[in-house]
Amino acid sequence: MKVYHSFQEIQLDLNTGKVSCKELVSHYLDNIENNKHLNVFVEVYKAEALQQAELIDAKIKSGKAGKLAGMVIGLKDVLCHKGHGLQASSKILDKFISQFNGTAVQRILDEDAIVIGRQSCDEFAMGSSNENSAFGPVLNAADNTRVPGGSSGASAVAVQADLCLASLGSDTGGSVRQPAAFCGTVGLKPSYSRISRYGLISYASSFDCIGILSKNVEDAALLLEIIAGTDEYDSTVSNKPVPAYSQLLKFDGKARIGYLKESVESPGVNGEIKDATKGLISALQKDGHTVEAFEFNLLDYILPAYYILTTAEASSNLGRYDGVKYGYRSTNITDLESMYKKTRSEGFGKEVKKRIMLGTFVLSASYYDAYYTKAQKVRRLIKEQTEKLFEKYDFILMPTTTTTAFKLGEHSNDPLSMYLADLFTVQANLCGIPGISLPYGKDKEGMPIGIQLLSKSFDESRLLAFSQHIFKNLN
Amino acid sequence: MALDKAILDKYQPVIGLEVHAQLSTQSKIFAPDSTEFGSMPNTNVSVITLGHPGILPRLNKKVVEYAIKMGLACHCEINRVNFFDRKNYFYPDLPKGFQTTQDKAPICKGGYVNIKLKDGVEKTITLNRIHMEDDAGKNMHLAGEVDTLVDYNRAGVPLIEIVTEPDLRTSDEAFALMNELRKLVRYLEVCDGNMEEGSMRCDANISVMLKGAKEYGKKVEVKNMNSVRNVQRAIDFEIERQIELLEKGETIFSESRQFDAENGTTHGMRTKEELNDYRYFPEPDLQPLHISDKWLSDIRSTMPALPEELYARFHKDYSLSDYDISVLTDTKEMALYFDELCSKTKNYKAASNWVMGSVKSYLNELTLHLNDFPITTAVLSELIALIDSGKINYSVASQKIFPELLKADGRSPLKIAEELNLIQESDSGQLEPIVQEVLAKYPEKVTEYKNGKKGLMGLFVGEVMKASKGKADPKVTTALLNKFLDN
Repeated sequence: MKVYHSFQEIQLDLNTGKVSCKELVSHYLDNIENNKHLNVFVEVYKAEALQQAELIDAKIKSGKAGKLAGMVIGLKDVLCHKGHGLQASSKILDKFISQFNGTAVQRILDEDAIVIGRQSCDEFAMGSSNENSAFGPVLNAADNTRVPGGSSGASAVAVQADLCLASLGSDTGGSVRQPAAFCGTVGLKPSYSRISRYGLISYASSFDCIGILSKNVEDAALLLEIIAGTDEYDSTVSNKPVPAYSQLLKFDGKARIGYLKESVESPGVNGEIKDATKGLISALQKDGHTVEAFEFNLLDYILPAYYILTTAEASSNLGRYDGVKYGYRSTNITDLESMYKKTRSEGFGKEVKKRIMLGTFVLSASYYDAYYTKAQKVRRLIKEQTEKLFEKYDFILMPTTTTTAFKLGEHSNDPLSMYLADLFTVQANLCGIPGISLPYGKDKEGMPIGIQLLSKSFDESRLLAFSQHIFKNLN
Repeated sequence: MALDKAILDKYQPVIGLEVHAQLSTQSKIFAPDSTEFGSMPNTNVSVITLGHPGILPRLNKKVVEYAIKMGLACHCEINRVNFFDRKNYFYPDLPKGFQTTQDKAPICKGGYVNIKLKDGVEKTITLNRIHMEDDAGKNMHLAGEVDTLVDYNRAGVPLIEIVTEPDLRTSDEAFALMNELRKLVRYLEVCDGNMEEGSMRCDANISVMLKGAKEYGKKVEVKNMNSVRNVQRAIDFEIERQIELLEKGETIFSESRQFDAENGTTHGMRTKEELNDYRYFPEPDLQPLHISDKWLSDIRSTMPALPEELYARFHKDYSLSDYDISVLTDTKEMALYFDELCSKTKNYKAASNWVMGSVKSYLNELTLHLNDFPITTAVLSELIALIDSGKINYSVASQKIFPELLKADGRSPLKIAEELNLIQESDSGQLEPIVQEVLAKYPEKVTEYKNGKKGLMGLFVGEVMKASKGKADPKVTTALLNKFLDN
């Protein structure tokens, strides 16, 4: 069967009877089977997906199919899917079955999307390489000695290797955009609160965002318009109306674009990535847009503020995994305290424990003001300065990552260099603004390069339209 | 332990209370689960209550409304921008690993409650705050079970915590304050005030210092008192325990102690130093809660009259004794019943006697609620009018007619009196023969009376009543007796 690159193509062939949902699902199931070595799926819902495909084929015939009929989707192992395993790729949620559908999952199911399986990730979405999964590392399909990025690494590889058409992931500091860049897919993180977080396992509540990994901009736009919007189960979600993003992808006129000066000058950024960025800058200028450099003097504070605040929230969000109610409980226990200590020591991986300890430290009474309060202030400053930039520019441009996909184990002994992989992506999460990573060429070794575009909050319409313009015309 | 009064008198106890009241909302503070007490274990537990991965809280607005009501009743300042905070600690009854509470921005700030002690002395107790939070589940240790079981039905039930300043000086004051707070939550119908079932709980912070000292002593927190009386007992015990320690030259540890109701003592749980650092921080899963002028005034407009207000008004409008008024305003239902009754009769004292007497004892005897009382104020006022008109007397009304009225079969007091032939004889023409008969029956007593034994009048009246089967009007009877005896 042919490889589909967009949902539009699929719909066309479905409507003309050239392909059926059942054939599509079988195609993806074969691909999953043939690419087991990539270690993408924790669980594949083979029988269920095939059964669902038949049902939707019948719906298509009777003209009653939903907007996503024929879209085969993978879910990152942090999204609640009723009756299915859910464990944030952690041993601590061993054998846990979700009792409900998260809002985003419910909305795609209501529109007849088919969920083919759940995808590995960095444990509790903490990591940039998908090496911190209880199910072992996930491999980049472009080079099996390299990581796919993280934490939604497997969700990106699934799209990269055609194991499904799109994936829903989550992005707390770049976890959708960075793996998208490493795997050559589109990765969209919308504005904070654009999509209900109900049914997304919390890592850092004031940063967490469900994101979309897809082969192109239209598919991301369509999925966003379906899953976004107000939700009675999440009191932090925005009740701003949701535009029909997929119908608004035409970008007319000229944009004002600012790019981060350091991102094309700093020795810390890979040369080929700098070249690609510069290439896009000139292409945009040639296309008639205004593109100019800006400096962001708070750049050095982005990662520290991010790690203080996210680990603080994580240390609290992960307190519930204690062996009392569900999931893993150590068998080697003598009393309550040993149950807590052993369960959590054995159930959580190293990176998660590190972040829980860091978060516990920054929230402790004697350090709260020095760290948490200060980081909150820094976050506000970064947000204000970023908002100021959007008075001048429609979009901000920078590479998604400082390097292309690195080798497995390359940063294992150097957590700080691993954290730097998020340098360009965390700003969007600190500020709550939307960001998208677009594939923009490859390096000499054939590894994909990603370019990131940011816009002001709730400006997804224009961000997606402009991304579509770059993706279609300037790539 | 019984310390000499002279020793006790050297010290000044200082007490502050932290009172938790479970709000009587239908559903939990952050989940739609029922709050019903006494359900089978773990039946009112959704994924939200159990803290499953992926859940988010959703604030029940009724909780805010109830908290504000209590705040207004206690003269607090209502905080217009509210945040919730997480209080992080590990315990099996705490499903999320944190309690959602208000640390930095409580919904009610300051405020006060007036209490009245037994000797009539009044005192104002200042509040520090009232804040909203969620309750934890309950660990259960069943007989014969090695494992601890946990019931999460209570987890997420809304609470307000009322925190006083260390204004209390005696256990009597604490007793009066608890009673007053309980009266308030019941008037407002925000909590059933039932300490035995745990819907109202009290922790007491107690310290003692030498009288005249400038600094408070080390504070001990006593928990687990399941009645107002036990709050008082726990405080009394703790004050003596601390004084005894100080007298022996020992030091007091800041700690949490558990009250044991069986023997009236307290024992240490764990020292405060060893307690968790709760790592409070703002709850990121809830939006700041803004309380608009409109919402606040809507809530204010639904506030019932409060005991203090009714007390003052009853005093002014009905000129009753302090004792009567405090009984009548003890519950809102009784106060409102009485108030309504007084709109239908001008004989306030009679109204008060009826409500505090026959009505209250009937309710107490059958443990009924005033809402289930069958006699309307209109009917009761007719009964009072019937007595006042002289058609029946009080004892006939209370012993013969009141029980008939409880049947609430639509018959008026007058109709019942007629049916039972109880209309009293006030026609002196009719009564004269009876009076003469009675006097004829007791010639010696008449002589004694005439010789100055005036107390015999009671006997004559009683005999006339008996002979008339209770129908004689005592006033007319007395007048007739006087007429004949003085001749």
